[in-house]
Amino acid sequence: MSANKQAIWVFGDYRNYFQNRVTLQLLSRAKDLAKKIDGEVCAVVFGHWTDEWVDDALSHNPTFCGVVGEYIAHGADRVYLTDHPRLSAYSMETYALLMERLARREKPEMILIGATAFGREFAPRVAKRLGTGLTADCIGLDINGEGLLVQMAPSFGGNLVAEIVTPERRPQMATVRPGIFQEIPHDYVRTGEVVRVPMPVDLPADRVRLVRVERCPQREQKLEDAKVVVCGGRGLGSRKKFAKLFELAELLGGEVGATRPVVYADWAGHDALVGQAGKQIRPQILFSFGISGAIQHTAACNNARFIVAVNKNPNAAMMKRADVAIVADASQLCATLIQELKKRIR
Amino acid sequence: MLKMVVCLKQVPMVSELPWDPRTGTLQRDLAEGMMNPACRSALEAALRLRAAEGGEITAITMGPPMAEEVLREAIALGADRGVLLTDRRMAGADTSVTSYTLARAIERACAGFDLVLCGFSTIDSETAQVGPQLAEELAVPGVAGIDGIELFGRTVRMRRLSDNFLETLEMDLPGLITVATGENALQHVPLGGLQAAFDGADILTLAADDLGLDPERIGVKGSATRIISVTSPTAAKKNLVLTGAPKRIVEQLFERFDDKIGGAIGRDLKTEKAK
Repeated sequence: MSANKQAIWVFGDYRNYFQNRVTLQLLSRAKDLAKKIDGEVCAVVFGHWTDEWVDDALSHNPTFCGVVGEYIAHGADRVYLTDHPRLSAYSMETYALLMERLARREKPEMILIGATAFGREFAPRVAKRLGTGLTADCIGLDINGEGLLVQMAPSFGGNLVAEIVTPERRPQMATVRPGIFQEIPHDYVRTGEVVRVPMPVDLPADRVRLVRVERCPQREQKLEDAKVVVCGGRGLGSRKKFAKLFELAELLGGEVGATRPVVYADWAGHDALVGQAGKQIRPQILFSFGISGAIQHTAACNNARFIVAVNKNPNAAMMKRADVAIVADASQLCATLIQELKKRIR
Repeated sequence: MLKMVVCLKQVPMVSELPWDPRTGTLQRDLAEGMMNPACRSALEAALRLRAAEGGEITAITMGPPMAEEVLREAIALGADRGVLLTDRRMAGADTSVTSYTLARAIERACAGFDLVLCGFSTIDSETAQVGPQLAEELAVPGVAGIDGIELFGRTVRMRRLSDNFLETLEMDLPGLITVATGENALQHVPLGGLQAAFDGADILTLAADDLGLDPERIGVKGSATRIISVTSPTAAKKNLVLTGAPKRIVEQLFERFDDKIGGAIGRDLKTEKAK
């Protein structure tokens, strides 16, 4: 492989592998971007037992093994790997130092990092150490006419999207929201180069000590994963009227979400809260009843693919971001919708 | 004595954002300012630590002169003093430059600090990057997104939920934490604090020259990133408005969007089933 090729790096964030697909999604997008700059795609992996399949229980930590092969199968041309027992649990300072040193040596053109909780803390540290720019939680990436990485970053809960570039400093860095890009199907015949990077001998101990870590019991993510969500706000009028949403959700095979005022009024439990302090949803269809659309709520609905909003006030923020805005009494329309659905599906 | 620094950002008040109805963009200059919610959580965490351990709290903010409001609010809530970093040349800073500027001010105005507390992220730019980068700049250990903190002498024990892992972490002071927006009850504002906030509040104002900052390294000039455009996807959204009798609306909804709605639930909604 040509040493002069511009490289797009993807940080191998493999913790929680089966749920966390963002690394694979980034490898896929990096492949498309690499074509535009005639570059190559590299994954960077720090861990222990990352290049073979080992039973989870043996590695005494909740990581997934065998990721090196997975990354090649999903599009990496090369994998930089530091494998060491000290890396068997994620550790911020150590990982940041390893990434900094590797990037100084290899000079990648871009580094893409999944916007997981770890990635969003790791990336700014690496960018700071390398003295370069970083765009947070991107929802789009492209290459412009000058060959620069265009990073699309949402702000104000997705009400604004800024296009950001890093014109001079290198690498160009971005964290990318999970679920934006599609991973490509794995190809286990595909080959790639594995570059083993030895663990530095002078690595200082991490000043933050991990005392305990436990994997949360697999939470039921009914609301987060629901294809159909029916959300209600204070505009429904009363607890009794809000309760009709459960009937509607059942007819639609969906889940019920609520806004903060509704949760405060105890019309719905806290686990139904859709918002900044609650759940992020990404249904195919979102029905929104009597919700004005405070930004803390709409930000959590951004990934809904199709929004039907009902509100008496046509100027409510939720109505502006809906695909279909129904100007009507929310409770009355909910009742009619239930009635009409019953005629069609029962 | 525990010396704490709380970093605060004034953000536009989101419930009353003045949107330009024509362009759908935010008229930021018209927006009322408020203390960013996660920064408020950081301040509350500091107030609780002080109540338990004693100590002092310095609130610091960088922004236009009106950002002094959040310092007064912080003092009203119980902070001991405020530091306002304001300088036209600091405007337009990206997160890396912001953390550089804040770090130099903290070193100057809060030398010998034990704990820096920041909000996990802000509701305007939502990067969550300034906290971790500030820890790098100050060369202290840092942990982002914590929702519980306890102090044992010079050791901080923290809890957080990170990517589906419940972590308990420890570090020795000095250190930095960023605090997630929790369900913390709003602080009762003591009258004494209110009075302190308005007469003779201890607020130190600093500009780039006071800190000896290189103008090339701050503000928009020092920033590695460039914003090339800002658009409002919601303003561009073509939406269909339906009005009239509910029954007619629902029928139209089913007729026109059967592919979307019927598709999602796996049903044909165009036609009524015979009873």
